[in-house]
Amino acid sequence: MSIKTKTIKFNVFRFNAETDYLPYYQNMEFEVTHEDVVLDILNKIKWDVDGSFSYRRSCRHGICGACAIKVNGRSTLACKERMFDMIDLFGEEITLDPLSKKRAVKDLIIDKKDFWDKHEAVKPYLISHIEEHPNMECAVSPSETEELLEADYCIQCGACHYACPVVEVNEDFFGPAAFVKAFRFEADVRDDAHHDRLEELSKQGQGVWDCVKCFECAEVCPKELNPIGKITGLHNMIFDEGIKNNPVAERHAVGFAHSIKKHGILDEGELVRYSEGNIGVMKHVPVALKMFKKGKIVLPWNMPKSDNLDEIKTLVKSSSKSKY
Amino acid sequence: MGKLQYALFTGCTAKESTPEQMMSTMAVADKLGIELVELTEASCCGASHLQDYDDFLSLVLNARNIAYAEARGMTMVTICNTCQLNTAMTKHRLDNNEELKNKVNVKLKEVGLEYKGTSEIKHFLYAINDDFGLDKLKEKVVKPLSQFNIAPFYGCHNIRPSELQNESNGGENPYMPTSLDDLIIACGGTNVDYEEKNKCCGFHAELQAPKTAAALAGNATIGAIDANADWMVTPCPLCHLKLDTQQDHNLHAVGREGSMPILHMQQMIGLALGCTPTELGLEKHVANVDFI
Ligand code: SF4
Ligand code: SF4
Ligand code: FES
Repeated sequence: MSIKTKTIKFNVFRFNAETDYLPYYQNMEFEVTHEDVVLDILNKIKWDVDGSFSYRRSCRHGICGACAIKVNGRSTLACKERMFDMIDLFGEEITLDPLSKKRAVKDLIIDKKDFWDKHEAVKPYLISHIEEHPNMECAVSPSETEELLEADYCIQCGACHYACPVVEVNEDFFGPAAFVKAFRFEADVRDDAHHDRLEELSKQGQGVWDCVKCFECAEVCPKELNPIGKITGLHNMIFDEGIKNNPVAERHAVGFAHSIKKHGILDEGELVRYSEGNIGVMKHVPVALKMFKKGKIVLPWNMPKSDNLDEIKTLVKSSSKSKY
Repeated sequence: MGKLQYALFTGCTAKESTPEQMMSTMAVADKLGIELVELTEASCCGASHLQDYDDFLSLVLNARNIAYAEARGMTMVTICNTCQLNTAMTKHRLDNNEELKNKVNVKLKEVGLEYKGTSEIKHFLYAINDDFGLDKLKEKVVKPLSQFNIAPFYGCHNIRPSELQNESNGGENPYMPTSLDDLIIACGGTNVDYEEKNKCCGFHAELQAPKTAAALAGNATIGAIDANADWMVTPCPLCHLKLDTQQDHNLHAVGREGSMPILHMQQMIGLALGCTPTELGLEKHVANVDFI
């Protein structure tokens, strides 16, 4: 097979925290072949252009998670991502950035401390009180293993963490990677810390309720682990365990079921009241008044209802996990 | 080409907090000769929150909504990104998991319905761009928006996860989406490029994490302001609620002041097609729209 090539312009993020006041972009242009992955380009820059160019890599096989960077703003694993796929996605001008510019130490290398601190905070290990002299093996069935939903395959590359908009604006938020790890142990039948870990994972500010459901993490994960799917799994577990750390968030999710049962469609005003409680709801009054003036609030007695509401009521009763 | 006909899933906001979105959808469909048959039986899609509490119930309810589109033999059109996500996600899961589909159908049978998987589901934006066609739309423009710089705000749930959107919304690139830009150009406007156009507005954590939500919405609005946009346009009523009704609060959260009209995609098209501001419900906005 013949080798296909393309000439591509690169803008490469350069910065040395010890000597530079500000980062800058170095521009270069060279041929890319259809066989190149992004890491080949990084190597080419280091070997042919500037030996001081710095980035992390180790395994070259998508296993160690060291080589995650951003290509045109998209988090990716340099050793796994094909250059031609990136050119398809972004065209013939490619920008190479560290996962997080504000955490850059040298060129594409970042300080990942916040990532590892959060990783550690969710206790990413099995906590099990195993008897000293067990008289039977601690077997895990294939279906119980399936419950982990591949969360075990996370390589801690950080691609999702530094793509998450909440991580950017709230430094307490654990972030999608930590949630994937937490889910991996929460879903493990041998784990005894189930309840305690969920307590931490459900706290306001740091926990799963602060996720804005943007699906950035699902889009970037090079292992296709769908982190937000694990976050939904944790939400479900929080309800199953009866943990009540974030009443607004929990009532908000439950409120949908109540409203659907009553009207079919959502009673928006009632959802806010139910979620916030009678006192908490007061802080929404100024905006609500503005909306009311503009005809944006439907009063309870005018709530429209879905046709065939009896079907919806039947289904909510028969399909719901909580019994009405 | 025969007349385009779709089953319209309005979602809840169109009936409550964004009535202007319903008005402008119907006005635009009328001008373009697209027939929208409202799924009056539809329930709420769960808005990506119900599944946190009860995933199976959310599947059953969404499957019921789709079943009504199937019964009419039509493609379902949504006018809310989150309705689109939840409905298309339900379809994706059921079509790829026979066992789950059967479980859901056992429940639907109790009310005499069945989910088959025969209807497509797409957002109105893609029905206009891909089925109706932008060339035909251009021909119908009577008041080109040529004096306006318009910032497209795509909204997460129409573009991510791309695996799902490839099946429904015409394979939009979530990093360089073009549909809304193309639509702006077709309406005669100038599309504004800015970093936040494919980012999150924060709506879904508005009650749970108000500071985060305000910061994200504030950043997006500032992005558009700093790129000299005259207004922003979005296909999602939830983005609209966040960016329009909470605008002062959002800007305050990022330490800025300003004012940015936020239009529904349908209102933008309607203006270009010669609908009046009243027909499009423009007086129902909280943020100012006095450019009209
Ligand atoms: S879906 Fe949630 S966790 Fe994932 S990137 Fe968005 S905010 Fe972060
Ligand atoms: S979930 Fe995926 S993207 Fe996130 S750290 Fe793990 S492997 Fe990387
Ligand atoms: S070098 Fe190990 S994952 Fe890329």
